[in-house]
Amino acid sequence: MAEAKVNKKGPKFPVILVANDLLDGEVVFAAKDGGWTPEPGKAAVADDADAAAELEARGQAEFKANRIVDPYLVEVRIAENGMPVATHFREALRQKGPTVHPDMGKQAEYDVPA
Amino acid sequence: MYRYDEFDERFVRDRVRQFRSQVERRLDGSLSDDEFKPLRLKNGLYLQLHAYMLRVAVPYGTLDSRQLRQLALIAEKYDKGYAHFTTRQNLQYNWPKLKDVPDILDLLADVEMHAIQTSGNCIRNVTSDQFAGVAKDEVEDPRVTAELIRQWSSLHPEFVWLPRKFKIAVTGAEHDRAAIKVHDIGIRILRHAETNEVGYEIVVGGGLGRTPMIGKVVRSFLPKAELLAYLEAILRVYNAEGRRDNKFKARVKILVHETGEEEFRARVEAEYAKLNGPTVNAPEGEVERIAAYFAPPAYETLPERSQALETARASDPALDRFVEQNGFAHKVPGYIALTVSLKGIGEVPGDMTDAQMRAFADIAERYSKDELRVTHSQNLVLPHVKQDDVPEVFAALKANGLATANAGLITDIIACPGLDYCALATAKSIPIAQAISKTFADDDRQREIGELPIKISGCINACGHHHVGAIGILGLEKSGVENYQITVGGDASENAALGERVGPGIDADQVPGAVEALVSVYLRERQGSERFVDTVRRAGLDPFKAGFQAFVSGAGQEAAE
Repeated sequence: MAEAKVNKKGPKFPVILVANDLLDGEVVFAAKDGGWTPEPGKAAVADDADAAAELEARGQAEFKANRIVDPYLVEVRIAENGMPVATHFREALRQKGPTVHPDMGKQAEYDVPA
Repeated sequence: MYRYDEFDERFVRDRVRQFRSQVERRLDGSLSDDEFKPLRLKNGLYLQLHAYMLRVAVPYGTLDSRQLRQLALIAEKYDKGYAHFTTRQNLQYNWPKLKDVPDILDLLADVEMHAIQTSGNCIRNVTSDQFAGVAKDEVEDPRVTAELIRQWSSLHPEFVWLPRKFKIAVTGAEHDRAAIKVHDIGIRILRHAETNEVGYEIVVGGGLGRTPMIGKVVRSFLPKAELLAYLEAILRVYNAEGRRDNKFKARVKILVHETGEEEFRARVEAEYAKLNGPTVNAPEGEVERIAAYFAPPAYETLPERSQALETARASDPALDRFVEQNGFAHKVPGYIALTVSLKGIGEVPGDMTDAQMRAFADIAERYSKDELRVTHSQNLVLPHVKQDDVPEVFAALKANGLATANAGLITDIIACPGLDYCALATAKSIPIAQAISKTFADDDRQREIGELPIKISGCINACGHHHVGAIGILGLEKSGVENYQITVGGDASENAALGERVGPGIDADQVPGAVEALVSVYLRERQGSERFVDTVRRAGLDPFKAGFQAFVSGAGQEAAE
């Protein structure tokens, strides 16, 4: 799957880890309390390279365990309400769902970044 | 319509069983992602931006009402209550879950449908003229040829791993509604100028994507009986010589271009000479068997024009306008084909709800000999409507939000799913289509502007056919924002042409204004009954560039103020 280009020198922090659930295809995020969450607001945020590497290792392990597919890091900023918001428009759209169907996707079910 | 024989039935059921087992093995970990991905793609299952996406084949765009009802059931039960018709006359579900896909495929198999070869480097769904079998300007129903090619190309052992995907389109008419010149192979059924024999013109190496090309005629007349062997020769040359080192240079258009038209033709002919034609070509009996499925339905003997329809049109301007715009002359007296637009003002091009699908299936069953077509412009067609019935059909369509009278007009926009769904997209395309549609919503204005196909792609892969739009729009990413390049003069017909840029890329919110500016140039420059694309051809690019530039400068100034 194509993903928004992460800076060649490595991502700018903070970052979150995004993937697709293998079974239902839904976009999921590595969660603060371990495991995976479909809710953008519950994504674990890594502020530095070590924390990001830890997230990536979790992604790879879970990929090998056939729980998720296509894990990768996404650059975010932290909004006033504390929610991580992807800085690239593609990833921001992925956190919400199709703009042409506000009644579908994450925006219909969860608190999503503004 | 073609009906599966026992081999088709067994083949499709076997594939469903096989895929069910593959999904189970993926879920229990015995297949890795790398192993599973090509298997799911061979069954039309992609992983997109928000979810899996399943692409269902609709061979040459022909469906019956039973099939459409089944597609509606799947949309309701396994998706979010709608589906999307594509520029390959196929149908896509945007939200299926992997665990449900084998059940969906079984439901499809129940109505002789599948998702095989709707993805991957193989011969894809063969497309055709949406008015096949009913058009007045037709030499022969192209679906017989399309079905023959479908059977030949389904799991053809030699061509399941081509350098890249391969798309074939067939038209039997003089006016090309199937965009054959921008296909890997385009086939036109025609009569020999001297002998009057029916045969094929074979065009190879057309295509859109990042390197758009108009196809070249490699055989101006191929006897009908020789079709499959000749196609096999082309595919063999491509399979052996097409590039596998660079995905962006792997389509046959690049091979034709790099080899040179003459040399490519010579290689195909040399390969053809080596082939044992009779072992490849379909036996006459088999072609006749297929052709029998496409025999015209039982038409009534009727006068050329229906008095009932004329009277109804005289008293109902909306009906009159609908017939004028969406009606298509039928070869049988007293009948008409109707384009049913899936481009209501501000709607998502090509989307249809499950309720609409069911209602439309009923309409097709009752009024169109149980048959409907999908067009490559993401609309539907009722191919066999009795003119006497048109007022009732119009009322039924209207009751279901399907009576928009805009076929071929500026709001009848092709748009790929773009960034709203697609993992490859670099920019949104549906919202651009919606904004243009709203800008030009006024019926009278649309009519005044006339035929103006706008085509929008959300990335360089050109699924929205932007290169051949009279106005083409390509969405890209530029410095972290969506940016749109505008072209004019593209044409997908027998006069195929690639659009040319009118200026630098612009922001999304500028696109409707830019289209307005280009339309103003056209209305100013137009002579007589010229269509937009005719005016671009005659007047050249300069006035359009100037109009576009003036708009961009003005918009820039406004922003500064």
